[in-house]
This record gives sequence, C-alpha cells and structure tokens, in this order.
Amino acid sequence: MFPDVLKKIPLTFLIITGLFLSGCGGGSDDSSADSDTLTIGFIQTGAESDWRKAHTVSVKEEAEKRGYNLKFADGQGKPENQIKAFSSFVVQRVDAIILAPIVETGWETALRKAKAAGIPVLILDRTVDVSDDSLFATYVGADTYQEGIQAAEWVVKETGGKANIVELQGTPGSSPAINRLKSFKSVIDQHPGLKIIDSQSGDFRRANGKQVMEAMLKKHGPENIDLVYAHNDDMALGAIQAIEEAGLKPAVYIKLISIDAVRAAFEAMVDGKLNCVVECNPLQGPLAFDLLEKILAGETVAKDNRVKDEVFEMAHAAEDIKTRAY
Amino acid sequence: MKQSLKSSSSLIWPLAGLGLLLLFNAVFNPSFFSISIVDGNLYGNLIDIFRNGSITMILALGMCLVIATGGVDLSVGTIMAITGAVVAIIYQSDPDTSLFVALLVALGVAGVAGALNGALVAYARIQPIIATLILMVTGRGIASFITGEKQIAVENDAFGYLGTGHLIALPFSMVLVFLLYGLMVLGVRKTPVALFIEATGDNEDAAHFSGVNSKMIKLLVYLVCGLFAGLAGLVETSNIANSDPSQLGIYRELDAIFAVVVGGTALSGGRFSLIGAIIGALLLQTLTTTLYSYGVDSALSPIPKAVLIVTVCLLRSDRFRKQFTSLYARKNVA
Repeated sequence: MFPDVLKKIPLTFLIITGLFLSGCGGGSDDSSADSDTLTIGFIQTGAESDWRKAHTVSVKEEAEKRGYNLKFADGQGKPENQIKAFSSFVVQRVDAIILAPIVETGWETALRKAKAAGIPVLILDRTVDVSDDSLFATYVGADTYQEGIQAAEWVVKETGGKANIVELQGTPGSSPAINRLKSFKSVIDQHPGLKIIDSQSGDFRRANGKQVMEAMLKKHGPENIDLVYAHNDDMALGAIQAIEEAGLKPAVYIKLISIDAVRAAFEAMVDGKLNCVVECNPLQGPLAFDLLEKILAGETVAKDNRVKDEVFEMAHAAEDIKTRAY
Repeated sequence: MKQSLKSSSSLIWPLAGLGLLLLFNAVFNPSFFSISIVDGNLYGNLIDIFRNGSITMILALGMCLVIATGGVDLSVGTIMAITGAVVAIIYQSDPDTSLFVALLVALGVAGVAGALNGALVAYARIQPIIATLILMVTGRGIASFITGEKQIAVENDAFGYLGTGHLIALPFSMVLVFLLYGLMVLGVRKTPVALFIEATGDNEDAAHFSGVNSKMIKLLVYLVCGLFAGLAGLVETSNIANSDPSQLGIYRELDAIFAVVVGGTALSGGRFSLIGAIIGALLLQTLTTTLYSYGVDSALSPIPKAVLIVTVCLLRSDRFRKQFTSLYARKNVA
C-alpha cells in the first residue's frame, strides 16, 4: 500500500505545477461583477520597479473610484504573458482593455482581434508599433520623447554647452529607451561642444548600470567623462556606486542626470550624489479613465495624450522629496 | 594520471575561447589590460571580470554538481532573489544585526529551498527540470512578498564587504570564489563523494546496486546548489547595496548552466569539471566586459555572444570536429 502512495506523488506534483503555471500565464483576478458595471481589462508589464507599482496603483484606484470592475493581468516582464492575457480578455468580452505593453512590436494580430470584437483598447505608458492607427482607440503616457529633451536642455544649461557625456541606455528596443536616446541626441547634436562619447545598455537595472559604468571609467578614464545621462534612476544609482568605488565623488567629479524620479533617486539627490532627475509621471490613471469614459460614450478623442513631467534639481531635492507620492 | 589528462583536454576549448577574447582585446583594445591601484586596491577591467563574474562562478560551482547527477536546477536565480529579500528584511528590521546572524538566516532559507528541490527530485522522483521549475516560477513571488513588493536599500558596512570589500588588495568576492573552489576540491573532488556523484549521474540504478545512496547524493547536491545560489544572491545584494526582488538574479540560471556545460560537464550527467565551470563563467564575464569596453552597440551585443557560445559548443562536440576534419582531409586529397 505504501509504494502505491509514493507512486501517486509525482502525479500530484505535476498537477500542482500545472496549476501554478496556468495561474502565472493568465494571471487575471476574477471578481464577480454586476451586469451593469462595466468590466475593464488592465494588462500591466509587471512589478519591476517602484515606478511601475505607483503606475499600477494609479489605474486600480481610479477604476475603483469610478466604480468599474477592473480585471488585472500582470505580464511579469514577459511579452507572451501579455499577449495571452490580451486574448483571454477578448474572449471574455470585456468592455474595454487598457494595455501597458512591454515591447512595441508584435501587437498587430492581438489588436485586430480586439477591433473585430468591438473592444476599444487604450494603450498606456509605452507605445505600440502598428501599421494601422485605428487598431487602438487612444494612447496615454508620459512623454518619454520630451523627457530626453528636458534632460538634454538641463545638460546644456548645467555644462555651458561643453561636456563629454556617457549614456546608459535602457533595454534596447523598448520605447522609452528609443525615445530617450533619440530626443536627447537631437538636442545634444545642436551643440558642438557636447559629445556623447559612449552609449551602452544597462537594461534599466542597477547591477548592470554599475557594471557598464565600471567599464566606461576604465575605457575613457574618469578625467574624460564629465557627465552621465541614464535612461532611468536605477542605472544612475548603480553608476554612482561605480564612481564612488573608483575613489571619485559622484555629482561633483562626474555629474549625473537620470529619468523617472523615484524615491531612491530623490534620496541620492538629498545626499548630494545625483544632480538632476526628470520626472516620468506614473499617475496616469485619471487621464486614462477620463478618455476611456468618452470613448465608451461614443465620443472621439485625440490619439495621443500626455501627462505632464517636471524636472527636479539637487538644490531643491530636500523640499521636493516631501511632496512625492511614490 | 590518465583521468587528469582527459579532463584537461576537455578544458582546451573554453580556454581557447577565453584566449581568443583576450587576444582580441590585446590587439584592438590594449587599455583593457591596464591595472592600477585605487585606494590601495587593484583596479582594472581584469579585476572587474573576476568581481562581476564571481556571482556566475559561485552559481556554476553549485550547478556543476547538480548537472553531474544528470539534473539541472532552474531555480538558482529565484533563490538569489529570495535570499536577497530575506537579508534586506533582516537589516530593515534591525540595522545593527550582526553579519553572522544575517548570513546564517539568509543561507538557512537558501538551504531549505535547495533541500526542497533535492527532496522533490530524489524522493518524489520528479524530473529535475519540473521540480526546480516550481520554485523558479513561485520564488520570485515569494521574494516580492517578503519585501512587500518593494526595492529595499541594504546599507550595512559589514554586509557591504561581501560584494564591495577588498582582502589583500583583491575584491573579496574574488577571494570568496577561490575559497569555495578550494572547499569543493577538498570536500568533493578529493573524496569519494565525487565518485558517488559521477556514478549517480552515469547510471543511477547501477550506482544504487553498487551501494551508493544516490538519493542522498541527489538531495545533497541540490542542497549545496541552493546554498551557493543563496551566497551568490548575497554577493549581488551587497554589491549594489539594494535588494530588488523583481530583478535580482534574473536569467542567472542560464548563465550558470552555460558556464557548466562550456566547462566540460555534459548535461546528461557523469564526469564533471569544477575548474571548467569556473572557466566557463570567466569566459561569459570576459565577453560581457569586452562588449562594454570595446563599445559594441547594445542592440547588437547578443550577436557576438551567440557566436561565441555556438563556436565553443561546436568545438567541444567530437562529432562536429570529426566531420570538420574529415571535410578538410577530403579537400586536401582532391
């Protein structure tokens, strides 16, 4: 009898594993809804940063405030999870889908299905790359292109138009990385004294930002690097550590500017280790639902909507940090 | 004697890859080799390779034993995240916790995770790839749950020493790898345990009937792999003074498996090479640092990586070498 029990154990585990896996793939909360409340499917990229969490909370709170039934699907950093969740929302015939894509490409087929089913799709935060704009209803996001311009303008002002810049890029192919790269370069190129001497990807991660910065310090020599432009705060925080470990003072010997404005970046500014951050506003829920309500009421809305981003400098960081919500 | 000759010949190919990379740097990027002294410690790209590569090396040492038994541990990346989360929470609740207690608790958790994997594989007889997948997919959630879905800064000087400290002018993490390697050679390679592991990997039934407690061996190798993964997680957390459950150790299991396989340990189990695993990890990190320091466009950087991996794997394959040389021989005849 005992061996029989043992034989069954693997099967039980396989079933449990299967449950885990299917749970992760779909990953949508099922809450029963009244027939008259509208159901909105929200597909998030994951919970990769404090910024992303603030972004998720903003959408969830707004949905609750306005009395929608929000179904939440977490992509966990994998585009295929998002596409699966998207298809399942279409099959469930939700009333609208809010999609925060991980990557720009690969959404054509999924969006066509939603359009055929008459489900409006609101693209949030990062953009999608599709041949036909009518595949989605509207886009709401922080202006990642404008952020690069704001960062570059600060660099021009701070350095007087003369500096060697090292750029820490985000994940290649992601839309904030592409936009922050192109827009920053477009301004820097107008100033002959400003040079981007190197640009490498740190994948938006702190450990990678540190590793890239270590290599950059050795390659160019710290005396030839005046400023670091990081596509997000985490990479800048990693670069700060690399600079400190090289025996130099960050923000003094080498200046740093980054984008996002999470709390840790403000703390680094208060400590005098980071010169400037450009905000990437995660509180996109209210504007998204304003537009969604108009779309569901049959009104036409603008295709491209942006929340406002601000620039914060080290000098005022101690006061600014008190007003930050995330 | 014969054994050592055999194992050294299988090391030729990863070493050749490493040599090729260093040659490339010597020609195109001579400053790659410069080493200076900053704050009394050695400072340079070569030192960075050892320091940043130490995490993969530690993982590879543990993974090497698991792969030698014919298994694989996919959960090492998430075990890193869990230990990082545990240590972050310990220092958050009491910033003055002694290093000993913090390490003991964190590694204890990693050991439990490893033992769980081992029990699933050895006693529940689940395929290793599935058994460790369970922790791989759930572990990151557990880590996020521990930290409350937040990044937590870990700023403790004693703990910071693990990843950023120096011992006799060398990065401590580099010294740690040497210590662990020495420990493994003395505790595994030079004892019958190595034979038991290889026997289990070669033919579990035969090993069992020869009196090897292959179940216990399997449990132990997963336990060791878990402990090493935990240690790697602590080094990484200490290095960036921050614990981020969603990013810590992500895709690291792939690096570790690659290092082990390139280093001459077959995924089918059996004979294993600890020094090979170290060289494999070194190869991977040298490539990464070379790409950064040579300035390869980020979007293109996976290509040289893929080329190198395929080349080393092809060179390692006897069949490919035979076909290649026979092709060459035929051409010469014609």
